[in-house]
Amino acid sequence: MRGFGKYLLWVYSGMALVFLLIPVIYTIVFSFNDARRTNIIWRGFTFDNWLNVCDAQDVCPSFMNSIIVAGVSTVLATAMGTAIAIALVRYRFKFRQATTLLLFLPMATPEVVLGAGLAAQFLQLGVNKGLGTIIIAHTMFCISFVVVTVRARVAVLDPALEEAGRDLYGSPNQVFWRVTFPLLVPGITAAALLSFALSFDDFIITNFNAGAAVTFPRFVYTAAARGIPAEANVIAAGVFFVAIALVLITQISGAIKRKRLAAAN
Amino acid sequence: MAFGAFGGAAPAADQQQVAQRKSPIALWLLLPGLLYLILFFVTPLFSLVITSFQEPVPGGFLGEYQNAFNPSNYVDVVSTYLPHIMRSFVYASLATVFALLLGYPVAYVIGVKLRPYPLVQSLALVILIAPFFISFLLRTIAWKQIFADEGVVVGLLKSMQIIPADAYLTGTPFSVVFGLTYMFLPFMALPIYTTLEKLDLRYVEAGSDLYESPFTVFRTVTFPLSLPGVVSGTLLTFIPATGDYINASRDFLGSTDTAMMGNVIEANFLVLQNFPAAAALSLILMMSILVLVSVYVKRSGTDDLL
Repeated sequence: MRGFGKYLLWVYSGMALVFLLIPVIYTIVFSFNDARRTNIIWRGFTFDNWLNVCDAQDVCPSFMNSIIVAGVSTVLATAMGTAIAIALVRYRFKFRQATTLLLFLPMATPEVVLGAGLAAQFLQLGVNKGLGTIIIAHTMFCISFVVVTVRARVAVLDPALEEAGRDLYGSPNQVFWRVTFPLLVPGITAAALLSFALSFDDFIITNFNAGAAVTFPRFVYTAAARGIPAEANVIAAGVFFVAIALVLITQISGAIKRKRLAAAN
Repeated sequence: MAFGAFGGAAPAADQQQVAQRKSPIALWLLLPGLLYLILFFVTPLFSLVITSFQEPVPGGFLGEYQNAFNPSNYVDVVSTYLPHIMRSFVYASLATVFALLLGYPVAYVIGVKLRPYPLVQSLALVILIAPFFISFLLRTIAWKQIFADEGVVVGLLKSMQIIPADAYLTGTPFSVVFGLTYMFLPFMALPIYTTLEKLDLRYVEAGSDLYESPFTVFRTVTFPLSLPGVVSGTLLTFIPATGDYINASRDFLGSTDTAMMGNVIEANFLVLQNFPAAAALSLILMMSILVLVSVYVKRSGTDDLL
């Protein structure tokens, strides 16, 4: 009975992981579909969609818009979020409670509310919606996630390393840029990647603040009513492969570094 | 504050830092980000409050409103959209329960059982986060096509006579809850994995040494120790699921009969241009979630995390 129970747990979790992958594989497979008009039924294998991605109307421009939005919001959110994370761990200041509450609330607010709130504000101020307002919105919801990610890293930094820097008569500036910052780079990179992914895939907040600007998710959403072209699957699959490659590279390089450190000790 | 509830670093780590200093630098580090959040997160909430009390300009065009104090907007939206409000919370609760039932065992296997095999462990983790890297709209469309009337699943269920010949799956509450469960499963599993990965197995061993059954050990040792992860996972699932309007949308897994609050907020804001109604609904959604979440966090005894 106990043996069977153990076996059941493995099968169950394995099936859950397969369940997670089904739509991922489906999306990738249908990027190779010889779809012609609607990409619903499998009509045979082709590379055409991959070779002529930009032939489908609006697919490439919307993809470029998403890259611009995600790039700019990632830089802004990572800069502001990292600064906050360092302040939270390293400094004592008043209003700490209020600060953490302010950082927590955007993550606990449903996206529709964030989107509708900003849209109501832009409406009252008479701001024209477009790529700029999308960037403002994305930067806003990415900051908290950057703080959480970087803060986890700052919190495990050994303060002794910085003390050593000060003992060696390093100025606060030197200590920060030569000791603290390099140690934070993995955390900051992780936060930036997370921001980019969140921004790139965001639809709900974007839809409220986009005006006429079309990002890739917005393109997919409107196309869903009349049929999504296979070229959209190509873009999504391409992004997926790049992201997975990045994840594997960081995993492997991390493992190699750990091995080297172990060997050095 | 409630950071701990969202996983990641334990806030206690901050207090362990002996090197916390007082310095004007802190202000300069905090200022840009906090100012940004005040401008684009806090004031929009006030804009929502103002908008929710507005009234139409007499004789004005569609979408023209003036500031007023019109609390009847709230009464109107609740009486018009009560089914949608109920649906949001019922669907989101169901999806949260299903995601927990699916996600906990996965997190347990990856975080505890796979510890002796680091390579398999990291591969399983990559699978767990893989869905994040591919457009969630396309993933939802994939389920729609898999569940389509002429699709594989419906055909199979009909041939096995599990469902009648005229039955369908898309556009039903089933497909919407299914879609929500799928969409938020990684958000549920990842924080649970984070707590289980750090679980000290000696506690579990101690339990079995005292001749407790595996189930009792799980119920009294493993599960309580993983509770912080369970709380963050359920919050990360429940909150976005309540406000979601993709799965319930007609073009995705839903129909007009499954529309949730998100759908009516979107329709009122972007299509009907009834901004006060959309604002009132948004605030009702946010307030109900805040109340539910604070009660839940209190009851689950993870108060000290906040």
